[in-house]
Amino acid sequence: MTTTAPAAPTNKLGLTKQDYVGSKSTLCAGCGHDSITAQLINAAFEMNIEAHKVGKYSGIGCSSKTPAYFFNQAWGFNSVHGRMPSIATGACVANRELVNIGVSGDGDSMSIGIGQLVHMIRRNVPMIYIIEDNGVYGLTKGQFSATADLGSVLKHGTVNELAPIDPCTLALELGCGFVARSFSGDPKQLNTILKAAMAHNGTCIIDVISPCVTFNNHDSSTKSYKNAKDHDFPLHELGFVQFNELEQVEIPAGESKVVTFPDGSRVSFRALREDYDPTDRFGAMKVLHEGVEKGEFLTGLLYVNTQKPTIHDITHIADMPLVHLGQAALKPGKDVLAQCMDALM
Amino acid sequence: MSTALANGHTLDHTKTLVNDFSIEIGTVNGSGSQTANSVLMRTIFQMGVPVSGKNLFPSNIAGLPTWFQIRANTKGYVARKAIVDLMICMNPETAKDDVLKLAAGALVIYDEPLKLNTLRDDLIYYPVPFQKLVTASCPEPKLHKLVKNMIYVGVAGQMLGLDMNETKNAITKQLKGKQKAIEINQAAVDAGYAWAAENMPAQNRLKVVPDNKTTGNIIIDGNAACALGSMFAGVQVVGWYPITPSSSLVESLIDYADEHRRDENGKLTVAIVQMEDELASAGVVFGAGWAGARSMTSTSGPGISLMSEFIGLGYFSEIPGVFFNVARTGPSTGLPTRTMQGDIDICAKCSHGDTLHINLYPGNMSECFDFAYESFNLAERFQTPVFVVTDLDLGMQNWMSKPFTYPEGDFDRGKVVGEKELAAMKDWGRYKDVDGDGIPYRSLPGTPGGKGAYFTRGSGHNAMALYSEKPEDYKELVDRLRAKYETAKQYVPKPIVDGTGSKRGVLAFGSSDPAVMEARDVLSERFQKKTDYLRLRALPFTSEVDAFIKESDVIYVVEQNRDGQMKALLREFYPEAATKLKSVLHYNGMALDAQTIVDQINAFEK
Ligand SMILES: Cc1ncc(C[n+]2csc(CCOP(=O)(O)OP(=O)(O)O)c2C)c(N)n1
Ligand code: SF4
Repeated sequence: MTTTAPAAPTNKLGLTKQDYVGSKSTLCAGCGHDSITAQLINAAFEMNIEAHKVGKYSGIGCSSKTPAYFFNQAWGFNSVHGRMPSIATGACVANRELVNIGVSGDGDSMSIGIGQLVHMIRRNVPMIYIIEDNGVYGLTKGQFSATADLGSVLKHGTVNELAPIDPCTLALELGCGFVARSFSGDPKQLNTILKAAMAHNGTCIIDVISPCVTFNNHDSSTKSYKNAKDHDFPLHELGFVQFNELEQVEIPAGESKVVTFPDGSRVSFRALREDYDPTDRFGAMKVLHEGVEKGEFLTGLLYVNTQKPTIHDITHIADMPLVHLGQAALKPGKDVLAQCMDALM
Repeated sequence: MSTALANGHTLDHTKTLVNDFSIEIGTVNGSGSQTANSVLMRTIFQMGVPVSGKNLFPSNIAGLPTWFQIRANTKGYVARKAIVDLMICMNPETAKDDVLKLAAGALVIYDEPLKLNTLRDDLIYYPVPFQKLVTASCPEPKLHKLVKNMIYVGVAGQMLGLDMNETKNAITKQLKGKQKAIEINQAAVDAGYAWAAENMPAQNRLKVVPDNKTTGNIIIDGNAACALGSMFAGVQVVGWYPITPSSSLVESLIDYADEHRRDENGKLTVAIVQMEDELASAGVVFGAGWAGARSMTSTSGPGISLMSEFIGLGYFSEIPGVFFNVARTGPSTGLPTRTMQGDIDICAKCSHGDTLHINLYPGNMSECFDFAYESFNLAERFQTPVFVVTDLDLGMQNWMSKPFTYPEGDFDRGKVVGEKELAAMKDWGRYKDVDGDGIPYRSLPGTPGGKGAYFTRGSGHNAMALYSEKPEDYKELVDRLRAKYETAKQYVPKPIVDGTGSKRGVLAFGSSDPAVMEARDVLSERFQKKTDYLRLRALPFTSEVDAFIKESDVIYVVEQNRDGQMKALLREFYPEAATKLKSVLHYNGMALDAQTIVDQINAFEK
């Protein structure tokens, strides 16, 4: 008797999860970054993302290698250290139909690349920007990054004496329309946040605590698995319902708050902390700062605003992706040159 | 009266210089002298006399000294002329020096209270009571400072015999429909003219008489010409960061695109994004180029230095993009607002590792337009950054030009494969050299059909775009990039060669051209030295350069930098010719003049 393996489940595009994977990871076994890759694959599968429309971007670092490990059918661009935001900005204005996913590290984003990150947020470049945050430079073998907490200790005993930069408070300050923090050890929450980000039109900053098992996972490290597990305080339970599933699913009313994205998808928040309102920017700032004081790191969708103009609005470019415009639309005629010459005579 | 010149000739001051002299005006930055100077220059141009104008400005917005040089030349020599025939002194701070540097016999118009006539007695002075004339001609005291400059236009106009109707046309053109401004400026010109007619002794030294040598010509600067070329090339994405002398290139493009690059809904067909710095501008160029758009940036030397890491990535991972470099000498390495051909080396080889780039060197306004247009074809054909290297002199100064010719034909989008082509290809590989010309095929993000996706990286990769650290893969890749550079020789603009068979070669490029042309005439007419001229217009060096070097006994390489950067490149690519190459150099921040070239060549041949 022969048995056939049960067919792998497919999504609305008829694709299996296997269609969203990439090459084999070359990161250290147990690296937090690999769990994030796994959730990106799950979220894209569930969200029926057309992989060929995805642009995957990264800078340089262990984290920045990961775009090679998901979505084999997407175009990828592993650029230079810290400057992926400008590459994504160029691609995003060239072809406004691309779904942009960037993966960076805390070194890549918070030191060499902080200028580009800041200005990408200001321009509201539509992209998911994930910071795989381990408090160290993994690829250059374990130096402190700018997110390392004051007093955290390196494997060899060096103590960090500089105050950290928090990507989420920074993003909030800059008016980013989607700010979230999660933990690579919390796949459920990360998955929900990623799906919500895929529905959002604008820059999504997602700071994911992602322990470096090789250089920063000892007990004294504040970005170790143990520390993250002990100090992770979810702000709320998140529920995400994609637009085309709205018919079937009822969103619980009552104490939950619902945010609707332009495509009709919704996130519901059931607050675990009193009065947490993810659409209140000042409230979010206050809660975040209080968390820092208490030594907690708060996870969840910290702030969302679905109404901000994006770089496509700000540049006043055509609705049709610029790359799809042909010569007829791009090359003015002879009469225009004659007119320009006349004005100079 | 006569003056002995360094080259052994004497200037005869009794002769009238008709349509062949230079004017220099010393003013204060931000005092509105730009308008006055343009009007003066345009009047001469509109009278049919070939003319060029150079603005020597400080790195400052208002208050520091500025000079404007106008050269009228009936033969069409438009290079800077080292000797000033008429000096107009409006800036008390520099007036003394301005007068002391003049050659004997020069004419000087100056603001009466400056009493410059006590400085030397070998000049011809024309004191003008500017303040009195302004007060009388302009009712609004707060405009006095601005229109004061228009008075000298009237005074000089009367003195040189300019056609005041053309001055009137020039004012109207310059102030485009601002009626009140036109009236006030015209009144000041008239006041200067009337005063000069009544009070100034007539002179016979410098005269402008109507000619027909500028009919149908335009006046433009190189940045506007490059902007036009880019607009007609269909540029789709621009990332830029302001830096003199390149800012006006993108600013002109913004204006042109605003009018001529909108779709049927009135939306722009080009995205122009002012970035936070040049690093980010380069990123936008390559992000957009990778996604399939025609992309560009415009900058100057300091910007290129910052962009260089990205440019290496663009070269190595084979992404098109156009980089305009309007060169100047600094800052960090010199004067921020003076001209220099100082970035030859950095643009030829920009970035770490083994890198060689296609460079275009326009030498006049038509070429600024044509090469800007062509650079996008080359970038996409060769999937690589292409540099259009100009300088402050070309980019920001006023040049006379024939109107540009419409670029006929289709864009060359290079080897891009879409869904259909991919489906028909058996074994697609992003970096495979299918045609043996070093140029692979590329696919664009967003192409449907499930084929064609690949991963771009600046680290080791093989022909299939997969990560590789294998020695043979890396060597194959960089060797192919070199082969691609060889292929580019068939596509880049060829040099212009003017041979007389003299075996005395002159090799120059870019903004040096007008001075070289004039110097060749001087060498031939006064010193009986015939020269052959090769004007280089691109890198890589093509077979015409090979032949020129082979045929010449000596090659004077004229360039505007200290170290002979082009000569060093030539020595690298033609080591056998090293002893034939002699440097003719000019690098004080001023535009090159013919006399400098003549003197240096003569010194070599003593
Ligand atoms: C211009 C430049 N400077 C320095 C480096 C070296 N470098 C490579 S990765 C890295 C830090 C990566 O840290 P992070 O972004 O936190 O990523 P992780 O490896 O921890 O995931 C550095 C400094 C580089 N590649 N380029
Ligand atoms: S060094 Fe650290 S960050 Fe890099 S792969 Fe290993 S565990 Fe991950």
